[in-house]
Amino acid sequence: MQKNRLTWIIGGPQGSGINASAEVFAKACSRAGLRVYANIEYHSNIMGKHSFYRVRVDDEDVRSYKDKADILVALDHETLTGDGDHRRWATHYGHIGEINEGGGVIYDAEIGFDPATAKRPDLRFYAVPFMEIIKKALEEVGKGEQARRYEVMKNTVGLGASLALCDYPFDLVAEVIRSQFKGKRSEVGELNVRAAKLAFEHVKQHENSKEFPYTLKPGREPKARILAKGYEIHAIAKLKAGCAFQTYYPISPATDESVYLERQQRDYNLLVVQCEDEISSINMAVGAAHMGVRASTATSGPGFALMVEGIGFASITECPGPVLVMYQRGGPSTGMPTRQEQGDLQFALHPAQGDFPHVVIAPGDLRECYQDTFSAFNWAERYQMPVIVLSDKKLASVYTTIDKLELRWPEIDRGAVFTGSEWTAVDAKGPNDSGSQAGHNGNGNGKMDLASVKEYLRYAFAKDGISPRSRPGVKGGRHWITSDEHDPDGHITEGVEMRVAMMNKRMNKLKLLQKAMPEEQQYFLHGPKDADLTVLAWGSTKGTILDALRDLEAQGKKVNFLQCRLMRPFPAEAVGAILRSAKRIVSIEENYTGQLAQLVQEQTGVMIDQRINKFDGRPFSEDEVVNALAKVYDGAKAEPVVTHVH
Amino acid sequence: MSINAPAKALSIKDYKSDLHNDWCPGCGDFGILTGIQMALQQLQIEPDKLAVYSGIGCSGKTPHYINGYGFHTLHGRVLTVATGGRLANTDLTVLALGGDGDGYGIGAGYFVGAGRRNADFAYIVHNNNVYGLTKGQASPTLSKGKKTKSMPEQSIQDGINPVAMAIASGYTFIARGYALEPKYLASIIARAIKHRGSALVDVLQTCPTYNDLYTKEWYEGADLPEKRSRLYKLEEKGYDGKVQNPTDAQEMIAKKAAAVARSYEADPIPIGVYYEVELPTYEDAVFQRIPGLAEKPLVEQDVFHRDVNPLLEAMR
Repeated sequence: MQKNRLTWIIGGPQGSGINASAEVFAKACSRAGLRVYANIEYHSNIMGKHSFYRVRVDDEDVRSYKDKADILVALDHETLTGDGDHRRWATHYGHIGEINEGGGVIYDAEIGFDPATAKRPDLRFYAVPFMEIIKKALEEVGKGEQARRYEVMKNTVGLGASLALCDYPFDLVAEVIRSQFKGKRSEVGELNVRAAKLAFEHVKQHENSKEFPYTLKPGREPKARILAKGYEIHAIAKLKAGCAFQTYYPISPATDESVYLERQQRDYNLLVVQCEDEISSINMAVGAAHMGVRASTATSGPGFALMVEGIGFASITECPGPVLVMYQRGGPSTGMPTRQEQGDLQFALHPAQGDFPHVVIAPGDLRECYQDTFSAFNWAERYQMPVIVLSDKKLASVYTTIDKLELRWPEIDRGAVFTGSEWTAVDAKGPNDSGSQAGHNGNGNGKMDLASVKEYLRYAFAKDGISPRSRPGVKGGRHWITSDEHDPDGHITEGVEMRVAMMNKRMNKLKLLQKAMPEEQQYFLHGPKDADLTVLAWGSTKGTILDALRDLEAQGKKVNFLQCRLMRPFPAEAVGAILRSAKRIVSIEENYTGQLAQLVQEQTGVMIDQRINKFDGRPFSEDEVVNALAKVYDGAKAEPVVTHVH
Repeated sequence: MSINAPAKALSIKDYKSDLHNDWCPGCGDFGILTGIQMALQQLQIEPDKLAVYSGIGCSGKTPHYINGYGFHTLHGRVLTVATGGRLANTDLTVLALGGDGDGYGIGAGYFVGAGRRNADFAYIVHNNNVYGLTKGQASPTLSKGKKTKSMPEQSIQDGINPVAMAIASGYTFIARGYALEPKYLASIIARAIKHRGSALVDVLQTCPTYNDLYTKEWYEGADLPEKRSRLYKLEEKGYDGKVQNPTDAQEMIAKKAAAVARSYEADPIPIGVYYEVELPTYEDAVFQRIPGLAEKPLVEQDVFHRDVNPLLEAMR
């Protein structure tokens, strides 16, 4: 019998409120000191299509989901058996096959389901009269005839019924429900508590609800933990980093971040602008960054496809930003808008024409989402280039416990800034200080001795490689910027020496940045140094791989994990050294081609022949990674993984 | 736009950069540049408080010739970058410039988007019916059936009407000027800059290199028997496009309809102010929604000491 290790699934049509009850349950566990990892799968649809929320609870840290659950709550028939009855090609076969032996299935008695058809005699089925219970709860306050209006309370009924099985204290859940409905809505909160309680009692009456094998007890020491989603963490990092200007165009799954920030505008003097498209979003952010504010945007693949010209523009103009959080989703084209994929790494690395510097960093968990988003603003300003933080659907929507203290605040660093009065001369020694550029360039007389220039030059060749930036409105800091190649004053040039000098100056900033960045933020080797197998991976698979490594260690398999985080500039030397000393390497990625494997091959010359890929739009489960790695460990060839179909 | 006059009076020279100009001799851009500089001088706008944005094309080079902060951006995106700049620092005077291809073709979506917002800037469009820098292809304002000497075939797409498009998009100041009358143009640009909200000045412009249809002589009507100009000034015909009472929907509709009707007049072509109305700007709406931003520009806000603990606490 398991102790304090439970996975609970609630499924139903989109719009039926499964989020609310799953999040109530997650909160009730987290507040009691347990660890939670919850993730949602949903269709690109407003109402009616199948969605489900999976909540995994444990005493220990959990960073991934398991293939199987212990309790299933089904608000509709499809959740049990899939959609094969009304689609030519089924998209899923229901969740009954995903229930652990002896587990429980709670379903709405009205849906006319016959448990015998499930062919799972080991499971315990509970037909709960959802609407009758809602009606009963309403009758107690004299509103019995309004039951249909409160149909959405079915989710709470399902939750209450579940508590009767897993034996989790009802009061802990009731407290969370009440806290979700404050003020005027407290009456609705009470109704929900009442309905949950009636469902709880209904299941308790069942003889076979006793000695249910999967139970849950509150944790011993409730800690100062929070339950967060990735988009909230990205947004909070932006606020803490001093972002003053956020632009966006609605797109799944990136929009949540911007809407969250929109809600905080008044309290934090932040301006969020909803733009006419993503081309506008990026360029408006570039305009604001050049004006001296910390500016950012957020998008997903299709939006990023429109933003690319703005990235090149920001880079050639040495714009101190913007910071772009890119939430990857299933591609290509519209692809699978609400599903998971790590398919945009190579795209983020090569977004626009020409050679130009920009930063790409891929955080692996919420703590890293915070750190990297915060740091992104510092890098953008110090090195005057756009920064892409590669997040994804999984990180955006995962709902998980984190220790509040893990969110440490780094320092704000605004880089070299020209403020006006103290300016005396510019170290403007450039390639044309001998006047050799005369004749190459129609703009400027080419005879200027730049060493003697006593004025501010935006693109001066400074000793440390970075031209101090100015902004409009600053006296004496006047300058021009252009998307063309330019002279130190920002006017257009097509001169060969200046072109070479400016290219070198811009590209060299990547080296400066990499030198200054803490190594553990660039890459990290998890697990034993002398492993038999080294896993190469990046981004949101981090938690799943760490959970899998724990299982493999218990099996006596020595596996370590090289997490790549900084993708550009890429720490080729260090990563190459680790990989060259590895006994065997296998990459794990949620994409078709192995985009990190390609990058590593290109940057280090180490070939990555063994690749475990998954591209079905669902994240790896812990079990999938364990099984795939165990096979490779035992000598099999790596194969693509498809989510277990029942 | 509020204008802070400097202590010492500024002359037209103070608005000129020392960069060598590479436009073709006789280009209409010179007249527009002069019109802009004269307007800036009339209004005594401090060059340090001036941000001039442009798109790509011959017109896109204009900011390089103006003494002020200059932003030479991307093809068609000038209004997006300018809006970002404007919202980040509402203390500045913001000018946006671009060609007709830049603003009404590749940038048409942003032209419309900007009109919907009504942020405070003046947008000056160099409208010469051709894409000059790529050697004279038809621009979005060239009518169907027309062919300049630079085009191998007649245009089989029709031209758009920028004034009508601006009315439909929500611009609150809409005018048209002529590049070879810089003094009159300057007076319109000055009004556009002073106007609170998004102002469009469409400037009819000659391209002596590629556009042999709409030349200086054509505008002057040298080919007509009566040798009269093909342009007339709206106010000289008693036209007044200003909405007196912005809360009067009927008046607003009537003035919009009158402006659109005038914008379809082909000979003579009206220049001057077609439409003007004082309505709350995007900035006004922002300040109302986020009172803290009304106190000082975004760029001067202290956003580096934020307490995000309440947000974290709410996640317990």
